Amino acid sequence: MPTLIRLEDGAFVEAVDRFVTVAADEAIPTDGGVILPLARFEAEGAALLDDGRPVGVLIQPDEAVEGLAYDLPRLALVALSFPKYRDGRAYSSAALLRTRLGFAGEVRAVGDVLREQAREMVRCGFDAYVPSDGSSAADWAGAAGRYRHVYQTAADRRAPAFVERESE
Amino acid sequence: MSLYAYDQIDREMLADRAAEFRGQVARRLSGDISEDQFKPLRLMNGLYLQLHAYMLRVAIPYGALDGRQLRALAAISRDFDKGYGHFTTRTNIQFHWIRLKDAPDILDRLAAVDLHAIQTSGNCIRNVTADPYAGATAEEIDDPRVWSEAIRQWSTFHPEFTYLPRKFKIAVTGSAKDRTAARAHDIGLKLTRNREGQLGFEVMVGGGMGRTPYLGPTIRQFLPARSLLSYLTAILRVYNRLGRRDNIYKARIKILVASTGAEEFARLVEAEWAALDQAPIDLPDLELARIRTAFGVVPFETLPARSDVFEAARAADPALARFARNNLAPHKRSGYAIVNISLKAPGETPGDATAAQMEAVAAVAERYGQDDIRVTHAQNLVLPHVKLDDLPVVFAELQRHGLATPNLDLVTDIIACPGLDYCALANARAIPIAQDIARRFAAPDRAEAIGELKVKISGCINACGHHHAGHIGILGVDKKGEEFYQLSLGGSGAEDASLAAILGPALPADQVAPAVEALVDAYLGLRSDPAERFLDTYRRLGPAPFKEAVYADAHQA
Repeated sequence: MPTLIRLEDGAFVEAVDRFVTVAADEAIPTDGGVILPLARFEAEGAALLDDGRPVGVLIQPDEAVEGLAYDLPRLALVALSFPKYRDGRAYSSAALLRTRLGFAGEVRAVGDVLREQAREMVRCGFDAYVPSDGSSAADWAGAAGRYRHVYQTAADRRAPAFVERESE
Repeated sequence: MSLYAYDQIDREMLADRAAEFRGQVARRLSGDISEDQFKPLRLMNGLYLQLHAYMLRVAIPYGALDGRQLRALAAISRDFDKGYGHFTTRTNIQFHWIRLKDAPDILDRLAAVDLHAIQTSGNCIRNVTADPYAGATAEEIDDPRVWSEAIRQWSTFHPEFTYLPRKFKIAVTGSAKDRTAARAHDIGLKLTRNREGQLGFEVMVGGGMGRTPYLGPTIRQFLPARSLLSYLTAILRVYNRLGRRDNIYKARIKILVASTGAEEFARLVEAEWAALDQAPIDLPDLELARIRTAFGVVPFETLPARSDVFEAARAADPALARFARNNLAPHKRSGYAIVNISLKAPGETPGDATAAQMEAVAAVAERYGQDDIRVTHAQNLVLPHVKLDDLPVVFAELQRHGLATPNLDLVTDIIACPGLDYCALANARAIPIAQDIARRFAAPDRAEAIGELKVKISGCINACGHHHAGHIGILGVDKKGEEFYQLSLGGSGAEDASLAAILGPALPADQVAPAVEALVDAYLGLRSDPAERFLDTYRRLGPAPFKEAVYADAHQA
């Protein structure tokens, strides 16, 4: 079982995953939370939501998160896939979910997810991570907390250097 | 004061980075992580594994240095390398003989003088290129360094744009005369004023060299200056989402712009920009003013336009007179000049400087040049503010260290990438070709009579030597294990930007310099008057007479 790390009130904690990721050709479990690929969510998601099931959607890098805008208020989470760690499209997807689409639910990083990406992921609005490198919550806290400052505004709304300077 | 003065925040950013990298190197040296896992980490710190050793690329933000920093680079080259460094076409400096275990100490030494290797490699926003004459030329609409520093901060560890489809390069020019090759960058920004007198940028996107060269089209004629960072965010976001990731050779933004069409690409950017929450991204006026102030004010003296000391010296010394003709540019203040230091002495490696030379330049800059040094994309150095009165002594000091080669923009001022002598990607050597050509035109009278002629050499199709933008471009290719060279003519990276066109079949290494000589001889016979540059003659007459000159010659040989 891969580890799920969540960022809760500024702390990285290892959490129990209450969701099952369902592949395109798998049967949907009869109860509990599910994460569906986008195509499947479009076909079957409404029924599950109407049943009161917690539902998440798995978005691939070439799928636009804007397509989810109408459904977001009812979604428990959006999982953004990193087929390779070098594929940075999910960072824009996460930033859009947080800053443009107003999504307040969980944004989860899945796929080739490494501790070295912790800082970028946190700053773009991810708050859950399924690392593929065996890293622990403590590793993530270390990797995300190495820098005392940031230079630019991002989805985490951490005060950038120019705001810190203003308040000096 | 000449450089942007780092504050505590800027310094802590570098210290944190150096500490992080020290930990990563320790994990690698102890075997805790494999070379495969370490590679992306070291690349994020400008550490490449080349043919013979590690190469460390140090960023020189928008090409500006002070004496203290240049001395530190000299000391690093002496203590950790072979006593020299190589200035690149990206205005960075590379050390080619680094040991992995030393890299963390080098980063600490760099951080101590506000330097670093952040984002000198990887698919992120790289060091910004700015006009090396910034703050010194009268042509300037505004100082591009202020905006380059704003971009430096915004792009440093930008969380959304650290894993782009490919590397990303931005140039800022403050003058109509473009010394940055703005249209050859992923984004070129040209400072301009609109009819109301407001400051802004012309925004060009999608230029680049490499195997598919493009000149970047303008997607916005006027962007208000204070919206710069939000507009850049919009461009980068569109690129990050839509740029190709399936093929490394089609991943640069130029391919996206060319395949989408400049107009449609502009529409996508404008739509993203309109939807962005711009206010938190753009720097407040107060911060822009703080950055501008942090560059300090150069304490210029009020001087007469003519210096008797300088005039007498140049009348007495033909070498100084020649240096003055070729390597000086007019300064915005009377009584001052911009001094270009060529790193293209005949027979030397273009862009290389020894530790002693770096220290000599630092000393001259500190004493006579307002402690301000610039690196140019042509791999030379600039002292932007030198009093005319001081030129004789500055010239003498430079001459003493082999730094007074009077060949700026002449045929021997050659741009060359490191090529197969160092680089793992190269197909052919570039440096020996540059040395051959430089030796052939070593007679300074002749080089001067030929006039402006930009020769640019790349050792492979990745075009780090900008051969597409050469008046004469030379590309090394591999033909069944042998090094051959393809000649192209008619390129320019300046405000009259154009791409060079291939002249004919590739030549073996020993025929390249003779071919360049044949081209030059043809030009000298064809030019309408001595003011007509090689490039102008080529543009007027087309390739036919030049083709004839090279290939008729080759047949006889």
